[in-house]
Amino acid sequence: MMDQLAAIFVRSIFVENLALAFFLGMCTFLAISKQIKTAIGLGAAVILVEGITVPVNNLIYTYLLRDGALAWAGLGHLDFSYLGLISYIGVIAAMVQILEMILNRFFPVLYNVMGIFLPLLTVNCAILGASLFMVQRDYTFVESAAYGFGVGVGWALALIALAGLREKMKYSEIPDGLQGLGIVFITAGLMSMAFMSMAGIQF
Amino acid sequence: MVRIRQALLTPLIDENPVTFQILGICSAVAITTSLYSALVMSLALTSVLAYSNVTISLMRRHLPRSVRIIVQMTVIASGVIVVDEFLQAFAPETARTLSVFVGQIVTNCIVLGRAESFAAHNRVGISFLDGIGNGMGFSLILITVAIIRELFGTGSLMQVEIFKPVIDGGWFEPNALALLPPSAFFIIGFIIWGVRSWKPKQVERSDFQPLTDHEMGHE
Repeated sequence: MMDQLAAIFVRSIFVENLALAFFLGMCTFLAISKQIKTAIGLGAAVILVEGITVPVNNLIYTYLLRDGALAWAGLGHLDFSYLGLISYIGVIAAMVQILEMILNRFFPVLYNVMGIFLPLLTVNCAILGASLFMVQRDYTFVESAAYGFGVGVGWALALIALAGLREKMKYSEIPDGLQGLGIVFITAGLMSMAFMSMAGIQF
Repeated sequence: MVRIRQALLTPLIDENPVTFQILGICSAVAITTSLYSALVMSLALTSVLAYSNVTISLMRRHLPRSVRIIVQMTVIASGVIVVDEFLQAFAPETARTLSVFVGQIVTNCIVLGRAESFAAHNRVGISFLDGIGNGMGFSLILITVAIIRELFGTGSLMQVEIFKPVIDGGWFEPNALALLPPSAFFIIGFIIWGVRSWKPKQVERSDFQPLTDHEMGHE
């Protein structure tokens, strides 16, 4: 049990990295990786939101949406799984909103670090993607908690690494047309190649 | 007439959602391993985009600012659910290869981005055209990348053999890298390079060079 959870966790960080292997959350990944400091703030926000929304969506899927999930209410013949998308995105939007209020009230320091990134996470595809993968792979509640936390850490790791590279690259001479977005894509490609070498990790 | 042309054509190259606005990159790289799935994805995204732009433009006078994002998300999500169910009913094979990426249209930033920046304060007709235009701009990149990746990765396009692979006695050695994630990043990077060499107005200024008289346009 325990080593299975560890396997899910490690795999979601390195082998199935959401940013570098599935290209999720690319818009934010490329736009907010200019400085390590902001990258750390965004990374923390992503870990927090992934760690909460994936297990919550798992509960919603298991007890409300999946085929026969409403058996506890005597409605076992209903299948609401087509409402999945709209519920997950609703949960994510609500979670982000609640999290923002809690942080603002009780942890103002953390709130200031995350700043604008928290509300933006509603439309970050890495967040929704993790929930969709969780459903597709039929994770249990505990597994989904490990998975959600793992993908968050993996995404944050990729983001901070890219920000570090970009900070160093500021002083390199880059052809005009590649300046900015172009070279970031190529850097991300090289990073993704490096991450692929971990694909062989087995547990 | 000018506005119609502008709404339809500027998103193709000048303000392409992927290479210029940095929107909707996730799906642009994720499902471009085969031309067929790229085509399906382009169609799906363009229809969702046109639909959401029209709906949000219709509601623009009745939507309080404070709840607009969540209403817009609901509108978009309903459109995506329809597309998703449609694909699962009529093209189950394709729906499986695209896996979570059809659902990902909900969070494709092109859709919300255009809803927020265009449809929320423009009339219905022009918003519809803006949706179609941006959808086409996105499709253009998607299809270009998919053609390069599938052609060099397998030697054929949509099951039609173009380069005869070595295994079948031909001369072409399929490049497996083209089918792996990193190649998508490289190809888009090079496309951006190409577009910006052609349209120098889009070039970004380096962060640390001193200012010159040569104004590069946008930030």
